[in-house]
Amino acid sequence: MRFNLIGLCLFLLAQLAWAGVDIQHWQTSQGARVYFVQTPSLPMVDIRVAFDAGSARDDAQFGLAALTSALLDTGAGDWNADEIANRFDSIGAAFSAGVSEDLAWLSLRSLTEKALFDKALSTFQTILTQPRFNEEDFQREKNRTLAGLKHREESPGALANITFSKALYHDHPYAHPEEGMVETVAGFEAEDLKQFYKKYYVSANAMVVIVGDLQKTQATEIAEKLIAGLPVGEKPAEIPAVIMPTQATNQHIEFPSTQTHVLSGLPGTHRKDPDYFALYVGNHILGGGSLVSRLFDEVREKRGLAYSASSQFMPLFREGPFVMSLQTRNDQTQQATQVMHQTLAEFIQNGPSEAELIAAKKNITGGFALRTDNNSKLTEYVTMIGFYQQPLDYLQQFPAKVEKITAADIKDAFQRRVRPEWLQTVSVGGPGSRPPANQ
Amino acid sequence: MKLEFNKPGMLALALLCPVVTYAAETRVYEQILANGMKILVKEDHRAPVVVSQVWYKVGSSYEPGGITGISHMLEHMMFKGTQQYPAGEFSRIIAEQGGQENAFTGSDYTAYFQTLEKSRLEISFKLEADRMRNLDLKAEELEKELQVVTEERRMRTDDKPRAKMQEQFNSVAFANSPYKNPVIGWPSDIANYKVEDLQAWYQQWYAPNNATLVVVGDVDAEQVVKLAEHYFAGLKPSEIKPLKPQAEIDQKGTRKLTVKAPAKLPYLMMGYKVPVLKTAKPEWEAYALEVLAGILDGGNGARLSTRLVRGKEIAVSAGAGYDMTSRLPDMFLLEATPAEGKSVFDLEYALKDEVYQLQNELVSKDELQRIKAQVLANDIYQKDSNFYQAMQLGLLETVGIGWQKADAYVENINKVTAEQVREVARKYLIEDTLTVAYLDPQPITEAPKTGKSIGGRHAF
Repeated sequence: MRFNLIGLCLFLLAQLAWAGVDIQHWQTSQGARVYFVQTPSLPMVDIRVAFDAGSARDDAQFGLAALTSALLDTGAGDWNADEIANRFDSIGAAFSAGVSEDLAWLSLRSLTEKALFDKALSTFQTILTQPRFNEEDFQREKNRTLAGLKHREESPGALANITFSKALYHDHPYAHPEEGMVETVAGFEAEDLKQFYKKYYVSANAMVVIVGDLQKTQATEIAEKLIAGLPVGEKPAEIPAVIMPTQATNQHIEFPSTQTHVLSGLPGTHRKDPDYFALYVGNHILGGGSLVSRLFDEVREKRGLAYSASSQFMPLFREGPFVMSLQTRNDQTQQATQVMHQTLAEFIQNGPSEAELIAAKKNITGGFALRTDNNSKLTEYVTMIGFYQQPLDYLQQFPAKVEKITAADIKDAFQRRVRPEWLQTVSVGGPGSRPPANQ
Repeated sequence: MKLEFNKPGMLALALLCPVVTYAAETRVYEQILANGMKILVKEDHRAPVVVSQVWYKVGSSYEPGGITGISHMLEHMMFKGTQQYPAGEFSRIIAEQGGQENAFTGSDYTAYFQTLEKSRLEISFKLEADRMRNLDLKAEELEKELQVVTEERRMRTDDKPRAKMQEQFNSVAFANSPYKNPVIGWPSDIANYKVEDLQAWYQQWYAPNNATLVVVGDVDAEQVVKLAEHYFAGLKPSEIKPLKPQAEIDQKGTRKLTVKAPAKLPYLMMGYKVPVLKTAKPEWEAYALEVLAGILDGGNGARLSTRLVRGKEIAVSAGAGYDMTSRLPDMFLLEATPAEGKSVFDLEYALKDEVYQLQNELVSKDELQRIKAQVLANDIYQKDSNFYQAMQLGLLETVGIGWQKADAYVENINKVTAEQVREVARKYLIEDTLTVAYLDPQPITEAPKTGKSIGGRHAF
């Protein structure tokens, strides 16, 4: 409790890799893609199995992917939840599972000492291939999820996020929150989860990431063993294209909070977007840099209107959100929102200055080694590269691609892709906080 | 966006396990400059990066009434420039060097850090040495930054029912210990800082003899020390007056409070007064409390998950936390969110029953073994992060435990016996020193009023 860190700003999500990352890639005999990075310095390994089975696969059952994932370690093979937990705890292994919009994953971190690792791996494999989804565990986890969804309703920020996604994506699979909604989750049956698992947790839809102190022969055996227990199945059809908004909207939700949370943006960029690097570097200048960006400067440094003010692109398989966000005292909402929109408008119109561009490139490329300086970050990066089928030398190419971007590229990309007349703005907060309507 | 059950104990526990140890092959180089500044360097050559942290022995537990939160406010002002590097320059230069930087304040410390490609360490020293003695505090910058901190407080505490409850829980549990005050400060104190207050606080605590420089990464320790000498050795030391002890008075009798807030779920927190590593006599008591926290909440197979979340299914989440690295005696925390149809009182009863069992039955060999296996594994996992390794050294040194204790952590945990766990449960987890807080949810709104407008052009 004493360790309540109060930082000047939120910790940066680690972003980055040094030149030497050597990703080895092959397929298992069942066709699952494997990505392996050997890191010999510590006697540990991270293993991740990922499927194209994120919340975008929920269909109308919002939250189904997440609850399916949450049930995996509550009973598998011959073991119940307690036995599974004890198997991991007794050897200091860490298991986790979760979903994002696009993917569902299971992760294992273990020491590589043989006796420990063998126990960790066999437990992991059983969870992956033989989850039980029994009724009692299902009811309990469903109730816990429902409690979590209620807890979410205490947060104006969470409410703003849900409303914002809906405004951007309407009926698209990216429109609903990963964890679902009370109305949908309440209606789930254990059978729904079993069907979801059966359809999506198949080797044709799987990839394996291994990062750690292992030889390639060991990695090959591990991947083979993990995937062998899964049916081959089929890769699901691609999720549908995103339809861009045709007009700007403003929504305000009253909430008994002292601050108003404001989000504004539109569907932004995807992982294979030719504009990706121009948008990425541009956004770094606009609001992506942690303590140095135009939004941070205009909203916080010059005016003291908010603790955090930032923007980001979240590239997904389809166009993930571009979002600008801030939180401010209710009666300052109008002013802060105007400053945010004005800052964006100015940036779209004129693009960055040469000095800003040079500084941004220096920051991104000069700090590139920080992006993959440990196994955790490497595992994240390699999962992204594998899942979105980026080139294996993605990390090596990254700095050069950043260097090539010009101020004109950024201006051009922002003018085409971030149109003010498409912006969706959502605010959630107390009285007196309604942001300016469209005028 | 993930669901989160707010676990106050989690942060503490997470940093705890870390207080961990180093295998014999890893070495920490220590050097004390003539002006009193301590330098700790640990080489880790896994990646061509380096983290540099400057830790000051000052935090919210050093603050007198009326200016609570001033350490955190000063942390913000440390980014507002010196004569040589005016406001914004520090961050601009670090960004241009490809660095990541920030700062954090706790009850017992204030720390600043930069993470950089290894060849760029010098710029960090140059800038940190400058702002250690030459901060240019301006009233107009304070006025703006004070608004930022007020927004930060709204975001972290005022609009978060559980955070608000935790704040009031601390203020009731501690009668006179400075741990009764929030790190960010009370609202009226924040609103009334004057630039003179900041100036005085800066003069009082920001000096080389009150600082520890920690460097971990792909560096040569001797060269780092030389470089640090070059930039920091010329700084004048200050007279650092010893802190008043502010020893918490004995608590005799349970304290209870209820906090009402717009919320959807009830929530329970319980805290027992306990010693910490620095104050425990004998020292093993702190390690036994650490193991006890692990028995209850060390992994998904620990007692609270197994018995309360699964088993009885009376909680949707439950946790235990103990921060042995606090500077002053602290609390052993239990917290839980009831399952549908259960109340905070059901949970309180169940948690007390767990305490009762710890007082009356010896924990099993398997459970002890499990904690020890986790501690051993975590010791390796933590080496995956330079930042974390630097945090451990800086924290231990700054709270006055000494970084060397990290080396003894695994061994001391391994020495804890089932009898010792029972003994600390009997001695410290007692009703007389207990504080209990209940969150009483108030309606948020019956149906949120939504206004939506659509327009062809957006307002700029």
